[in-house]
This record gives sequence, structure tokens and C-alpha cells, in this order.
Amino acid sequence: MNYLNETIDSLNKKLASGELSAEDLAKATTENIKETDKKLNAWITVEDDAKPAENLNFAKNKLAGIPIAIKDNIVTNGVKTTAASHILDNFMPMYDATVITKLKDAQATFVGKTNMDEFAMGSSTEHSYFGATHNPWNLDKVPGGSSGGSAAAVAGGQVVAALGSDTGGSIRQPAAFNGIFGIKPTYGRVSRWGLIAFASSLDQIGVMTKRVKDSAEVLNVIAGGDEHDSTVSTREVPDFTKFIGQDVKGLRVAVPKEYMDAVSGEMREVIQKQIDTLKDAGAIINEVSLPHTKYVVPTYYIVASSEASSNLQRYDGIRYGYRAKDAKNLLDVYLKSRSEGFGTEVKRRIMLGSFALSAGSYDKFFRQAAKVRTLICNDFEKIFAENDVIVGPTTTEPAFGIGEEVSDPIKMYNNDILTISANLAGIPAASVPAGLVDGMPVGLQVMAKRFDEGSVFRVADFIERSNKFYEKTPTAMED
Amino acid sequence: MNFKSTIGLEVHFELKTKSKIFSPSPVSYGAKPNTETNVIDWAMPGVLPMVNKDVYRLGIMVALATNAHVLPTTHFDRKNYFYPDNPKAYQITQFFQPLARDGYIEVEVNGKKKRIGIHEMHIEEDAGKNTHGTNGFSYVDLNRQGVPLLEVVSEPDMETPEEAYAYLEKLRKIVQFTGASDVKMEEGSMRVDTNISIRPAGQKELGTKVEMKNLNSFDHVRRSLAYEQKRQEQVLLSGGRIQVSTRRFDEATGKTVLERVKEGAADYRYFPEPDIAPDHISQEWIDEIAKTLPKSAYERYDDYVNKFGIKPYDANVLLQTKESSDFFDAAVAAGADPTLAANWMNTQVNGYLNDNRVELADVKLTPENLAKMIELIKDGTISSKIAKKVFAETIENGTDPKKYVEEKGMVQLSDLSVLEPMVKKVVDNNPQSVEDFKNGKDRAIGFLVGQIMKETRGKANPKVVNKLLNKELASR
Repeated sequence: MNYLNETIDSLNKKLASGELSAEDLAKATTENIKETDKKLNAWITVEDDAKPAENLNFAKNKLAGIPIAIKDNIVTNGVKTTAASHILDNFMPMYDATVITKLKDAQATFVGKTNMDEFAMGSSTEHSYFGATHNPWNLDKVPGGSSGGSAAAVAGGQVVAALGSDTGGSIRQPAAFNGIFGIKPTYGRVSRWGLIAFASSLDQIGVMTKRVKDSAEVLNVIAGGDEHDSTVSTREVPDFTKFIGQDVKGLRVAVPKEYMDAVSGEMREVIQKQIDTLKDAGAIINEVSLPHTKYVVPTYYIVASSEASSNLQRYDGIRYGYRAKDAKNLLDVYLKSRSEGFGTEVKRRIMLGSFALSAGSYDKFFRQAAKVRTLICNDFEKIFAENDVIVGPTTTEPAFGIGEEVSDPIKMYNNDILTISANLAGIPAASVPAGLVDGMPVGLQVMAKRFDEGSVFRVADFIERSNKFYEKTPTAMED
Repeated sequence: MNFKSTIGLEVHFELKTKSKIFSPSPVSYGAKPNTETNVIDWAMPGVLPMVNKDVYRLGIMVALATNAHVLPTTHFDRKNYFYPDNPKAYQITQFFQPLARDGYIEVEVNGKKKRIGIHEMHIEEDAGKNTHGTNGFSYVDLNRQGVPLLEVVSEPDMETPEEAYAYLEKLRKIVQFTGASDVKMEEGSMRVDTNISIRPAGQKELGTKVEMKNLNSFDHVRRSLAYEQKRQEQVLLSGGRIQVSTRRFDEATGKTVLERVKEGAADYRYFPEPDIAPDHISQEWIDEIAKTLPKSAYERYDDYVNKFGIKPYDANVLLQTKESSDFFDAAVAAGADPTLAANWMNTQVNGYLNDNRVELADVKLTPENLAKMIELIKDGTISSKIAKKVFAETIENGTDPKKYVEEKGMVQLSDLSVLEPMVKKVVDNNPQSVEDFKNGKDRAIGFLVGQIMKETRGKANPKVVNKLLNKELASR
């Protein structure tokens, strides 16, 4: 069973009518994953015995009996959760993340956990203890990251929907690289309880699907207040599917100069074509400036690494996770377990963050970054005072080759320049397929003001209906 | 050369909440290791802290009781360090902005009043406990991990160990009577760190600060400061230099011992805690809390001595704990005579608690029953001898004294129609005693009272018997 031509609606209909049984669907899904994952390596854990929930109610729960992929940094009670790290490669959680509890309440089926960059640090899913994931459009290319496993699983037709997490673009960039839709909701829209923390003030769980409406369906389930997370908003969650199928007439669309200047050639043409489509449909296009864009990469890497250096201290080999075998004393346990348990990229960021927070550096780095962050928020506020959405490219280029950038961290970090700002400002942002460049997909990024995911869905759905990218099948999955 | 000392105190109080500051785990003293923990206390991957709002409430009570200013928005920070009793490898505290600041309390030393400033008070979580076994293993108990603490930081306003002692006494009493903490040093619900520097009299800038941590009694605080004063003086007089350092007090020798020299401040990489959204503390809420603030020990003392006429010594005994003072107040509110209630509390009740090594909360005695029993004594229904039996019953089993006395037939015999003939008969039967009485031997009357008590099996009202006997003897 593959999902290349399915939607949540189509599956729900088949399940409700009895044309498809949820048990068979679960079994066929895991069988297909095991087969196709020989190419993709999109999964860390595939459940051998995946079963749907009991007493499925297809009328009430759109997701009833439908397999959903979960990024492996979201904890699942009794199912191994590794964050793609050696330090957690045998870790069995004792509780469910709030998003998992909500998906269980909605009777979704769980089939396993997807591959990612270790602790979500990376943009290529090459930094995984479990090996790199391959792009279904070209197996020699990266799927992006850090939610590369979820992206490849959706694009490759292994599932219809997947959860990802996005700290600096980890949902949108892989969505763009894989020709699917992916949304990072507003910071505070979805509970982080049970999301293995990378950078607490930036992390947000989101959804990746082939079709825009399917993400709206899943976000409807996972969004909302949570007694376990004080940073999640208690405001009411609208039905996001009501933003599907609308026009864009009169919608005020801002296009940041700095974002368009970041792309060139065929890539720029593809993006410009999407903007023209919006214009032709009656949207008002305004060229705007996000003047602090040049500072976002250093700002992000200071904030994210600082928080990460603290968040990752708990992996100390004492209570759970990997402990070095030959440690002779307490300091040895710490040093050896962490040195052996973490990968290179994670260690690099821990060192970067520890340095940025250290006495003497705090004022020069962390405090400055916090100030720039405020300026970036102000940039957005100004634009949203006169615009409904911001659109532009999600990435500067289509997917790069596996192994191409892994040894050049600065180049890798600069890939995130167009996605980072939304995390720093906490606004919702998505990537919707725009077209192909040299046979590889590229994405159009859509951002809106805080808690206005509705406008993001509205524009993305319009683009989807206009370019019908979903009709294309990833090259590597064709045979 | 004369020296001046500058002393500052940092006092940690465990706040008395039902659950921990950032997790729903219960808080109690002496539970089996790791039984009061959950995934948050274990710092499992993916967990988040949620602030227990009762911690704010208790902290605000202490702030109000010490004239401190509560800040309108809360803020938390992370203090990063590795240790097995610190599972997240960071402690959530308030580094950049406290709960409240700029308070003060007044102390009296040698008849002189002095105001000691409180720089700030902040809330934070306690760490777990490491124990080191003899088998080569160390053990971690996370029951204490996440117990809420309030750290009260004084201004360096104290100049003598006696002032520091007075400040501690006063601060403990104030916090104790807000009910925010148990303030038991032996259980760790109150912990004291001190710092002291000295400088030649006349010199403006302060000397080098030496810290002393984990002092386990007020007496140790006083003795260690006094020792440190002298030690630092000798170092300076002999041309030496004081090092920024941490020392500990050695109880056996009465000396302070160097623990570690600080080479620059330890780097805890403090930064704002991103997992906790700020809370707004409204003036309305503060006002509401102010209304629930219990009377201080000092207000209560005034009531006891000046309103109830209780002796100062007895008043102070009652005020040794908030529990005993609350109990006494409740008994008085239930109608007990204050002087009698104070006597009973300080002798019989305390005696029972000491003998059985229990606390008021552990026994079945209620303020209402104590009031009832005192009423029975006062109106002559029972003798004080019987009262002791009644007391034993009511504190052991919670029995209603009135019902108990009635059921057991312990009501005191005051009926003249019964006692008069009895007195006549005893006097008739003891001519020798009558003779003695007439010869001025007062002891004789005691013997006769004893005879009647024997006859009535202790139930006769001694006052009435005395009166009747005097009357009868006078008539012979």
C-alpha cells in the first residue's frame, strides 16, 4: 500500500465504507515501508505489529485508522524514541507527548518513528546515528532536515501524513526539498510536552503532508492548550479546514526583497511564477524589506545553541540513555558518555552554546542575539500591519547531494537563512511545492502573523490548486 | 587597630506546598527514596516544568511579612552545573529578577533597635540528595528534587554575630508564623549561609568576603562568625591577606576550616528559562493574600500578655511554634479560659508531646475538647485530679470530655445533702483530729479531707469539703 495518490478524505471514505479495513491498512503500510525504506532509510523504528485503535469512529474522527508517521524526537510511551542519537538509541519513554495523546484520542494508527538529524540539529538528515535518509526525487540527494525522515516518508508515499518539528526550518526546508507541504505553526500553538528539546524558545511541532488540507486536518487534532506546557496558548483553535478552497482576492501579500535576492535563475523564475499566480487571482503584491535578514543566521545559531547546550546536559549517563562502559569515576561517566554518545554536529553546537553563555561572553553574544531577535520581531510587525501574508522562497537552492555539505558547517548553517526568521519571531510559516528546478522540487514559503495559520493555509491551498504539483510522482518511487 | 565587620545572610526556606514547584509530585519529609518523583523530576527527555502557583502565594506571604516589594511579572532563569542530584544539570532559579525585593525587619540587640534590610527574595527548586554507600556505590534520591525553596538575601547590614543571630531568630519567627515554611533546621526546611568581611575602622571600602555554608544551627552561625571575626583580624594584623573563599564550621573545635578558594566566580552560564511563560502577579492577588496573612508572633504575644493576662514566659512558650499558638487560639475561641488553657498547653500538652515524641498534629486532642475540659474544671464539675484522667483519655482517643465524664460517673460530688452528713460522721469518728485542729495543727484538716476523699473515691469537691469541715470543726 502506498499513499502517492491518497488523501485523508479518500482514506476516510474507504475505511468508513468498508472498502478498506484499518487492520489491513496498518499491515500493508508497514510492509510497504519495510520494502521502500531499503531505498529511503526514512525510518528509525517501524512497528512490527502496528494495530489501529479499537471501536474506530470514522464519522467523528477523520484520522481514525489512518497511519501517521512520528518524528523520532517526539516521545511515545513504550516505543523506542532516540532523537537519532547514540546517547538515546535504546531509550524507552514512560509517557506520551501531548500530540501523541491527542492523536490517540483521534484514533490515528501509529506505525513507527522517522529519521532525523541528531537532536534535530541539521538540515540534511545526514547527522543521524542511524544513517542518512535519501530524497525520493533523487536518491543521491539529501531530503533536507532535520525532519528529513518524515518528509521522505510522505513524499515517497509511505504515509499520508507525518509529524515533524521545526526549530529553524526543520519542517519547511525538507518539505520544499521533497515536494510536499509542511507547516510550522505559531510558537505556542502546539504543546511541546514530550518533544525532546533542542531550543525551547524556537521548537515547534508541525505537520507534513502531500496535500495542504491534510495538514489542516492533523493540525486541528494536535493544536491547543495543554496543562503540561505553560508556553502553549489557551486561545481557541479554529477549524483550519475552513481556510481550504478560498480565493485570494484582495489578500495583501508581502514579498521581501531580501528573500527574492537570495535566489536566482530558474529557481527565482519558479518562485516568481507563484507570486504572479497570486497577483493574477487578485492578490495585492507589495515588495517589502526585512532589513535584519543578514543577521538572522548568527542570531539563530547563538540562541539555538545556547538553549541546546543547557537542554542537552541531562544526557549525562546517570539515569537513562548511553553510559560509557569503562568510566572510573563521576567525571569519567560524564565526559566519556557524552563524548561517545553525541555526534559531531551536536557536540559542535553544545560547545558553541556553552561558550555564548559563559561569563564574559554572555553580554557579547547571548544578550546581543536577544536584542537582534526583538528587532527581527519588529520587522515582521511592521510588515503585518499592512499585509496579510509574506511569501518568498523556502530555500535558496533545491536539495544538495548527500555528502556535499556535511563537512562545511558554515555553508550548511547558511542554508537556513530564509526559514530561521519565522522561528525567531514565533510566527506560523509553511512551505508549499512551487515547481521543479533541475528535476528537484522547490518550495514557496508562506508566513503570517502569530496565530494566523488560517491565512497560511488559504494561500498555500490556492497555490496547490493552481500548480497541481501533487500530480507529480517522485522519480525514485516510479518503478 | 579596631576593625568593623560586615555580615550578610542568605537563608533558604522550604516552602510548605503539597506538591513540588515544577511537577505534581507530592512533597513530604522522610519518604522512601525516589517514591515521590515523576518523569519531570527525573528530567526525562521532553518534559517541561509547570509552576505551582501556591509557591508564588507562600513567597508573597513572606514578602508581605518582611515589608518587601513584590514584582508584577515573574521570571525564571537556569543555573547550569553537572551533579547527579541535579538531573536536568540545571537548576531553575530566579537570577536576573527575583520574586520580591527591598524588604526589612527590625531586630533588638542589647536593648538597641536596628533595621536590617532584605535585598531580595527569589524562588527556586531544591536538588535531590546523594548518599555515598560503603560498597563503592553512590545513591541518588530525587524525592527532594523540585521541592520549592525561597531564598531570602539580607543586605550586609549586620555588624556583630549577635545581630546576625537576632536577625535569624526574628526572620524565622516571621516566616514560621506566615505558615509558609516549617523552618526546621534539623529537617533542612531552613538553611543558613553567611558571609563576613572585616575592615579597619574608618576605612570606607569593604574587606574581602568569606562565605560559610550549611550551618546547621543558629548557635553555629553565631560561633562561626565570632571565630571568623577574630581569625580575619589576626590575618590582617599579621600583614596577611584575606582570600575570597568558602569555609565551613567545625563543631568539635569551634573553628572554621577552609573548603575552597574561589578563583573568579564559578561559571553557571545563567540565562532566561525558555520553558516557563511569565506570570503576572496582580495587586488584587497580593491584596487578597495580605488578607489571609496570619497574625505575627509579635501581635500574638501582645494579645496574650496584654489582653489575656498570660505571663510573658508562658506566652513565649505558646509562641514557640505556630501550631501550638494556633491551637491555643482555637481553644480560646472555643471558650476556654486563656490562663487555664495556657497552663494546660504548656504543662500537660507539651509534656505529653515530649514524652511520646510526637507533634500536635499527630495527637487526637482538639482545641474544642481542650476548651470543654477546661470548662468542666472551671465550673467544678471535675477535680483537677480527675481532669488528668480525662485529659489522658481525650488526647489518646479524642473522646469528648463532657460525655466521658458523664459516662464514667466522674462528676465531682458537690451535693451538700450528701457531703454534710459525711463530714459530720468523719469528724465524729476522729476526735483526735478535732483535738489537733483546736491546738492549731492545720495538718489535721488534711487528714479529714483525705478520709472523705477515700469515702467518695476521689469524687468529692475538695473546695466544698474544706468549707464544710471548717464550719463543722468551728462548731465543736
